[in-house]
Amino acid sequence: MTSEYGGQETWQKDLYKLLRSNEVKLFCYVPDGGHKTLINESIADPKVLSVPLTTEEEGVAMCAGAHLGGTKSVLLMQSSGVGNCVNMFALLKNGQFPFVTIVTMRGEFGEMNPWQVPMGQGVQPIVEAMGMHCLRAETPEEVSTTTQAALDMAYKSNQSVAVLLTQKLIGAKPF
Amino acid sequence: MSNTRSLDRKSAVPAVVGNPDDFLIICGLAGASKDIAHLTNDGDNIFTMAGAMGGATAMGLGLALSRPDKKVLVVTGDGELLMNVGTLATVGILKPANLSILCVDNGHYGETGYQESHTQRGVDLNLIAQGSAIPITRTIDSEDQISEARQLLRDSNGASFILLRVNTEPPPSIKRSMDATERKIAFRKALLGNA
Repeated sequence: MTSEYGGQETWQKDLYKLLRSNEVKLFCYVPDGGHKTLINESIADPKVLSVPLTTEEEGVAMCAGAHLGGTKSVLLMQSSGVGNCVNMFALLKNGQFPFVTIVTMRGEFGEMNPWQVPMGQGVQPIVEAMGMHCLRAETPEEVSTTTQAALDMAYKSNQSVAVLLTQKLIGAKPF
Repeated sequence: MSNTRSLDRKSAVPAVVGNPDDFLIICGLAGASKDIAHLTNDGDNIFTMAGAMGGATAMGLGLALSRPDKKVLVVTGDGELLMNVGTLATVGILKPANLSILCVDNGHYGETGYQESHTQRGVDLNLIAQGSAIPITRTIDSEDQISEARQLLRDSNGASFILLRVNTEPPPSIKRSMDATERKIAFRKALLGNA
């Protein structure tokens, strides 16, 4: 059975084009239904590096290493992955590394899996406590403008930014 | 498997690394960072950490992917690597030819009072690296193996992993910069110019 979850292909393809037009070349991710289109676009694109991780915190350090070499990157993860990254965010803060993560939210608007709720509630206070900015996209129209803002804050102002693709935007995963 | 730990890191690490200018080097926290900061006088081709435990190999991987034209060396300890040992699997699926990992394994957490690490109690990080599909892996625990290790770090055609087993003699003393922002800027300026 197919579902609509995470399958809003138009804005996700636009988001991929936006990242590429900003010269993002390294895509790190832990597989995630909400990021399916973005992940598949990166796998199919011979001009980028598409790297599956064993845990999200690898991606934080990998993006910092890529910046040392002059490559722009993005970490794609689900809200639960933010919890796996917390100590590694210290590297970004101490080094003032530019960093953009796009987080598909679970555990908020309409969630049907209680195991997703604690990290869904935790994401924003956690990333802000670690010195990062947290920007939310609630509608398809907001995805590109919010992500562009995040990329500018990161690569022009050396900020770490989490873009939250909210559950209102991507929908609650059906079970 | 040998359980020999007779090598002293203060001589073995410089001998295995050889000329550090051949590499861009990412160092895991504590002992490994001191080893390499001492060897390079805290040079601009190294990025050392004093936290972010478990991140050194992934950071080196990101740098290696970014700069396939440069040889990247990760130098880290057994405790730091154990904290994120899954990163070896991520290295193993990508196998970047320009990435080498040197794990200085003293079997202990030197920074916190020399408590035994898992490698002192039978865990073999070289076998984990092999099982992670890293193409070239070696355990080095005697003087006569060091020149081979030095060559492998440079010439391997595919990612390589060297487990350097050492005794519990401490790393050299070095006053290194703990300012990660300043070190990042210096590293990028040396590598990229003013980009």
